[in-house]
Amino acid sequence: MQLARVVGTVVATIKNESLEGRKLLIVQTLGADLEPQGKPLVALDSVGAGVGELVFWCRGKEASFPFKREDTPTDCTIVGIVDSDSHVNTGKLNTTKNIK
Amino acid sequence: MILARVIGNVVATQKNQRYEGGRIMLCLKLTAELGETDETLLALDSVDAGEGDTVLIVQEGWGASTSATGKPGAAIDSAIVGVVDRVDLLK
Repeated sequence: MQLARVVGTVVATIKNESLEGRKLLIVQTLGADLEPQGKPLVALDSVGAGVGELVFWCRGKEASFPFKREDTPTDCTIVGIVDSDSHVNTGKLNTTKNIK
Repeated sequence: MILARVIGNVVATQKNQRYEGGRIMLCLKLTAELGETDETLLALDSVDAGEGDTVLIVQEGWGASTSATGKPGAAIDSAIVGVVDRVDLLK
């Protein structure tokens, strides 16, 4: 799983039937310092996340498990909303190591 | 499986129900020499790992889900399945 910030939404009228009613969000993966890491991705939402929220997403086949798993074509799903930025606890290690 | 170091954790109230009761740990990927890379990931804990521990993370859904929640089929792609004592390399 990866930490990410929801930075946008995607609107798609024509899509796989099983994606109907689902929210497609653009997520920017973040490192431990909450700075962007890599390129943004499109993720399917399973927890009611919105733009601006800090979330974590699951990749691969497991990403379809919150939904009807055989039918839902997704490889990136938001599975949790982090309570706030300060709920990412990196303790003392964050100040001494070159963590990105 | 990959080597990583636990550098913290994340608190999330609203999450997939299969994550209930689990600890979501923030980890930093390591090289075989246990050098730190700049890539982080989240993994569910199944062995009571703590901050600073060098750990073994499985990145396969069945194994991750079974070890962290006791049952397969959860939306979990990474789980901590061991705490590493030592890595011995040639040379």
